[in-house]
Amino acid sequence: MLDSVLFYFFASIAIISAGLMVTRRNAIHSAVFLITTLLSTAGIFLQLRAEFLFIAQIILYVGGIMVLFIFVIMLVRLDVPLPQIRSRLQKGAAVFVALAVFTEAAIVLLLARKVPGPGQGLIDPLPAAADKLPPNTEELAKSLFTAYLLPFEIASVLLLVAMVGAVVMAKKRPDAP
Amino acid sequence: MMPIGHYLFLSLALLLIGSIGVITRRNVIIVLMSIELILNAVNINLVAFSRYYGDVAGQIFALFIIADAAAEAAVGLGIMIAFFRNRETVLADEMDLLKW
Amino acid sequence: MSPTLHAVLAFVQTWWVELLCALLTVLVVPLIAGYIVLVERKVMADMQARLGPMRVGPHGLLQPIADAVKLLLKEDLIPDNADQFIFWFAPVLSMTAALTSMGAVAFGPWFQVARDINIGLLFVIGISALGPFGIVLGGWASNNHYSIIGAIRSTAQLISYETTAGFALVSGFLFAGTLNVRAIVEHQRADHVWYLFLAPVGFFTYVIASIAETNRAPFDLPEAESELVAGYMTEYSGFRWSLYFLAEYANMIVVAAVGTTLFLGGWMRPFPNVQWLGWLDAFPVLLLGATGVYCVVRAGKQPAYVQAMFMWTVALACFVIALVFGLVELGHIVALRSAQPAHLFQVLDSIHPGLYGAFWFLLKVGAYIYLFMWLRFTLPRFRFDQLMRLGWHILIPLALVNVMDVGIALVLQLELGWNRWWAMALTTLFTLVVAALLLRWNDRHAATASSSLLAPPSPLEDANA
Repeated sequence: MLDSVLFYFFASIAIISAGLMVTRRNAIHSAVFLITTLLSTAGIFLQLRAEFLFIAQIILYVGGIMVLFIFVIMLVRLDVPLPQIRSRLQKGAAVFVALAVFTEAAIVLLLARKVPGPGQGLIDPLPAAADKLPPNTEELAKSLFTAYLLPFEIASVLLLVAMVGAVVMAKKRPDAP
Repeated sequence: MMPIGHYLFLSLALLLIGSIGVITRRNVIIVLMSIELILNAVNINLVAFSRYYGDVAGQIFALFIIADAAAEAAVGLGIMIAFFRNRETVLADEMDLLKW
Repeated sequence: MSPTLHAVLAFVQTWWVELLCALLTVLVVPLIAGYIVLVERKVMADMQARLGPMRVGPHGLLQPIADAVKLLLKEDLIPDNADQFIFWFAPVLSMTAALTSMGAVAFGPWFQVARDINIGLLFVIGISALGPFGIVLGGWASNNHYSIIGAIRSTAQLISYETTAGFALVSGFLFAGTLNVRAIVEHQRADHVWYLFLAPVGFFTYVIASIAETNRAPFDLPEAESELVAGYMTEYSGFRWSLYFLAEYANMIVVAAVGTTLFLGGWMRPFPNVQWLGWLDAFPVLLLGATGVYCVVRAGKQPAYVQAMFMWTVALACFVIALVFGLVELGHIVALRSAQPAHLFQVLDSIHPGLYGAFWFLLKVGAYIYLFMWLRFTLPRFRFDQLMRLGWHILIPLALVNVMDVGIALVLQLELGWNRWWAMALTTLFTLVVAALLLRWNDRHAATASSSLLAPPSPLEDANA
């Protein structure tokens, strides 16, 4: 009961915020709605008992990436709303294609009788044994530092390269005005 | 945990809303934000299946996607700042010269 | 009854302790924050050889109430071109982040909202990372140059020192082996040592980073009155300003609580495993009794009858609380000594860990906050480029090297069997050598280092501290 209440709460906030985010003219408003979407996604992770990912999402995505976005929006003075070109055709086509893909995927998913593994249909309730979980952070750490050590190191190199790249791109040239 | 279909539909909806944002908006920074939304949708999918099968690999993949999204956002925004400094615009319509 | 009502009642029945703690946190923390402001003004006055607020209430004790009433009744101004939604939203976000991060902090072994979450302290740090949003959005929404500059400076400062604080805490987590708040304190009890003594560089780095994290002096350039009017809070008046203000003081309590839990032994009394020092448990009773006696003595010297009555009331309150502590301690001692204690003593003994744990925890948090105040009234403010240079050039490398050294110390201790103190001493010495080298390198490069984007270039060539 609590599970479904939490899921519907976070899911509805996520979808409504996402919809608001892609339709705002003011970029700061979009950023604020993306923050609420990311927070509700973190809530979904928490509801899925992925505690470390919940807090990693908040620290990294909301506390890091969104601060970066807001700084850049302020830096390029995007906070004044820009006039939008009234391209009804483009918007209409995008929404139509999205709805078509959604309907198609929904039909495929609902008609799938069995998901491989526990052998459930997609919207059938799960057996009760799906609730016993080992502590999340320890499991994640064990996997990350033994089986997935190479991707971990590559990710750190990737972040270093991205840091250097971002600094180089955004740095003011000494001869530039 | 809810039946897996609920998470799949939520992930699909966020993915499609993000795609609409990428296709429809002129402002490249909002396009970048929509890309972050798409990555989040994928994350929800991965974590839902990770919980469903009891395998932590899904969450590890999601963690790497978050790290990757941070790197991509940083570089993308760096590029936008450099572009804005040169051309005074961040609208996709006005980025129409291959070389100036 | 409908199943929904059943479900709600079952929920409340299972989680009523946590809900009660959450309710108390939300109600009591703003009041406590108001009184911390009064303590700060009194301590400031004491360090400046004057008396501080004395007028409102006896010895100024009703000053926070008067301030709260004033702030609630002030006119709510919204600038013309300010963004209405975000102007409303930003202080709410700040306050929400500050109070939510208090959810995982354990004020003693009983008072904790989110118990047994295995990401305990990381939750606190992560939710505190939402604080800068309230600041930058509030500064932007005010449509005021000073606000935006103050907001961007403040946010840049906060995100710079978040990394340092995180690394400093990691050096403590390496010893604890867990992020769970209770388990950290239990590990400190089992290891017979506060992690302050095992990771001193980590603790001092965390203290400096936490001062910067809460925008306190000497890192308070973003809200300094003589610099940017009031920084990001310029256009906020009345209740909205009080939300920001309370968020700042609640953040102070949170960082002090995190530092206390991880480095200062949490809610344990000093030397918790040494049985013959059990008489230290009499300290709360003695402290409160002494305060009561002092109030009685001062009551006789008050010029006005009302003031004397007030002193007598405070003395009575102190004695009553001292009596409660004393009774609980008595129950604890009797339950320890006798095999079949009476039911009353069992009840008193069961209260003992919660009450005394909360007392020691609040004492340590109070000492930490007093350190904040002491530094505020002693040190001059950092200039913004000095602040950024300290954060990025000195503290982050130092925190990184510290984490590495703590790891090496643990390997030496656990794998190679060294004595814990020798391993710690050796690696701490190495960290301090690295710190000295960093400072020296920084001094030498100070003249040629470029100042940050957000502060004017320093007019003097050798401008460094």
